[in-house]
Amino acid sequence: MSAPQSHWTNRSFPEAAKELLADSQIRRNVRHATDVIQAKRNRVVGELPDWEALREAGSAIRAHALEHLDEYLVEFERNCTRAGGTVHWARDAAEANRIILGLIQRHQAKEVIKIKTMTSEEIGLNRHLEANGVRPHETDLAELIVQLGHDKPSHFVVPALHKNRQQVREIFQREMHLPELGDKPEDLCAAARAYLREKYLRIKVAVSGANFLVAENGAVCIVESEGNGRMCLTLPDVLISLVGIEKVLPRFRDLEVVLQTLPRSATGERMNPYNSIWTGVHEGDGPKEFHVVLLDNGRSPILADGEARQTLKCIRCAACLNACPVYHQTGGHAYESAYPGPIGAILTPQLHSMEQGRTLPYASSLCGACYEVCPVKINIPEVLIHLRGKVVEQDQKTLGGKLGVWNVGMQAAAFVMSSAQRFTLAQHMGQLAQKIFVSKSGFIERLPFMLSGWTQTRDLKALPQQSFRDWWAERESNGGDATGAAKESRDAK
Amino acid sequence: MRISLFITCYNDTLFPETGKSVVRVLERLGHTVEFRKEQTCCGQMHWNTGYLHEAVPIIRHFVGVYRDAETVVAPSSSCVSMMRDHYLKAAEMAGDAKLAADVEALLPRVYEFTELLVKRLGVEDVGATFPHKVTLHTSCHSQRSLHLGDIPVRLLNKVRGLELLSIENPQECCGFGGTFSIKNADVSSAMLAEKVRTVLNTGAEVCTAVDNSCLMHIYGSLHRQRTLVRTAHIAEILASTGGQA
Ligand code: SF4
Repeated sequence: MSAPQSHWTNRSFPEAAKELLADSQIRRNVRHATDVIQAKRNRVVGELPDWEALREAGSAIRAHALEHLDEYLVEFERNCTRAGGTVHWARDAAEANRIILGLIQRHQAKEVIKIKTMTSEEIGLNRHLEANGVRPHETDLAELIVQLGHDKPSHFVVPALHKNRQQVREIFQREMHLPELGDKPEDLCAAARAYLREKYLRIKVAVSGANFLVAENGAVCIVESEGNGRMCLTLPDVLISLVGIEKVLPRFRDLEVVLQTLPRSATGERMNPYNSIWTGVHEGDGPKEFHVVLLDNGRSPILADGEARQTLKCIRCAACLNACPVYHQTGGHAYESAYPGPIGAILTPQLHSMEQGRTLPYASSLCGACYEVCPVKINIPEVLIHLRGKVVEQDQKTLGGKLGVWNVGMQAAAFVMSSAQRFTLAQHMGQLAQKIFVSKSGFIERLPFMLSGWTQTRDLKALPQQSFRDWWAERESNGGDATGAAKESRDAK
Repeated sequence: MRISLFITCYNDTLFPETGKSVVRVLERLGHTVEFRKEQTCCGQMHWNTGYLHEAVPIIRHFVGVYRDAETVVAPSSSCVSMMRDHYLKAAEMAGDAKLAADVEALLPRVYEFTELLVKRLGVEDVGATFPHKVTLHTSCHSQRSLHLGDIPVRLLNKVRGLELLSIENPQECCGFGGTFSIKNADVSSAMLAEKVRTVLNTGAEVCTAVDNSCLMHIYGSLHRQRTLVRTAHIAEILASTGGQA
């Protein structure tokens, strides 16, 4: 299901995270950028008295759309076609890549301009096009930085979030042959503008994603900050929009809710500077040919899983990334996916039928910061636990998994925890057995095997010689009624 | 009121002082505390690690122990949030309608310790004295699941002699997350380093919280770094009478 050309590897989250944690530059950049966006987001969200009602409404709209996805997609297709567009259905990444390449080749195009689309990153479109002699040019400023830097996106609203201004300048100097370029935002913008303008005017085919599809009138909606998207949507002769099947909204008026919550959550703006909504083709105005490629690529099975379906409500605002304490430490590359952060931790493994990204559901302390900010109320911690359950179930089907230390330990613990006698016995055994690990300070400073991860940076409190239940039993046998016990406890202090 | 103490498995084993403090505060306020010996664990570790089916017998055991209790208190927001957020789901997953009904009947009577004091018993001043500089770590579950809001602060503000110092990013996770701290030890440690830096920046002598799990994690680093800052569960502060009983 994954694109053969993917530049994402299948290494585990802890492994990738370890490498990124060692990169202090990336960590500084990520921390700074997420702090800035979060502060803006909190400000503009805080000024809305009905924010919680908007979240509720957004959640209900998206949930309803998913419940009736089959009907709304067909309705979208009908209305888009009636307005002069062409709708294609792609089962997986390979099929979507084939369709898009075919459309480009039909127009003998050797180059295309692109608006930021993480869905194209998901299917590895750029690599597929390059391998077939078509050069894609990213026009979103952050995507351009990533592309020219031969890098990968680390965030789906701000893909170059891990780069700072000086690093951007170096990339532009090198790739645009501008050795004198300064590092002021104006300098960098001017360079990008000159570089891109020429392409807008020359290249006749554009590829985009979409934020929303509207079933009732066949409209497609893209919101952005720079206006580069608007150029891609209006200047070329041919526009191809690649869209995940989950992105449909039933009615035009549903935009009223999500166009309030999306910009506030994503970039901390009250409204996006550019809101493009179009239907089909119009004589003398915009592209002459318009295609929508509807992509499944692992979404249908998510829809079928009642517990996990809410994953597809996502409107890709990335607020959960900016709020996530794990993402703050590692940045996006540790997730090895176009979709990093908390939403990535639940979406990526599901898109790959749990065969890739199996460590991602565990890449969270379940602190709940993601759920708290999500404008469509996706209970990410709940889905993470559901997916952990699937990982465990898969593991328990193999002999190695059954005999693995986690499974054996958890089975034993479950046996102990379902009986007070066994639990008390285990406490007493622990009090004895820990002796070899406890240092002079009364703490455990080194543990073996998988537990060594804890003691790399942390000491562990040793078990006290008397558990609470033993203290209580002693108090009762001393005839400690309530008041007596209170006195005893005071004396002990 | 007759209050049944669910001490929680890790407080029972690792932090008996917290349990004694809960008993002390509640008895001082004139309530009767009972301890049901059959109690073990809430099942959170299994559930959160993905051992969903294994958690069910533990949950069933908990519900069986407390089914007829008048009021249950636990000095742990994370265990109470396990119950409120997941017990019903677990019962449904197990296809056990009886368990689901028992859960629904029992949970409204289960409280986190500070929540019991302020929301159920209507007390803010528990008569404590603790003449120290203290900072409060706002644990994730207390905030985002139980929505305790300023309840712990209101209690601490009434403690004689206590100076409460504010901390930067109080809402950010300390990186414990149960088995997360082992499965993702490096990320967890990086999160902890940040939390400990903010704790040390406050200049407090004591860092408190409504959860010993976070405090055990935070103290693990404070101790490793040989700082003199210590941690204490909020029950221990509220039980304290400054040495003069
Ligand atoms: S999960 Fe929610 S917060 Fe995260 S990107 Fe999607 S909509 Fe935004």
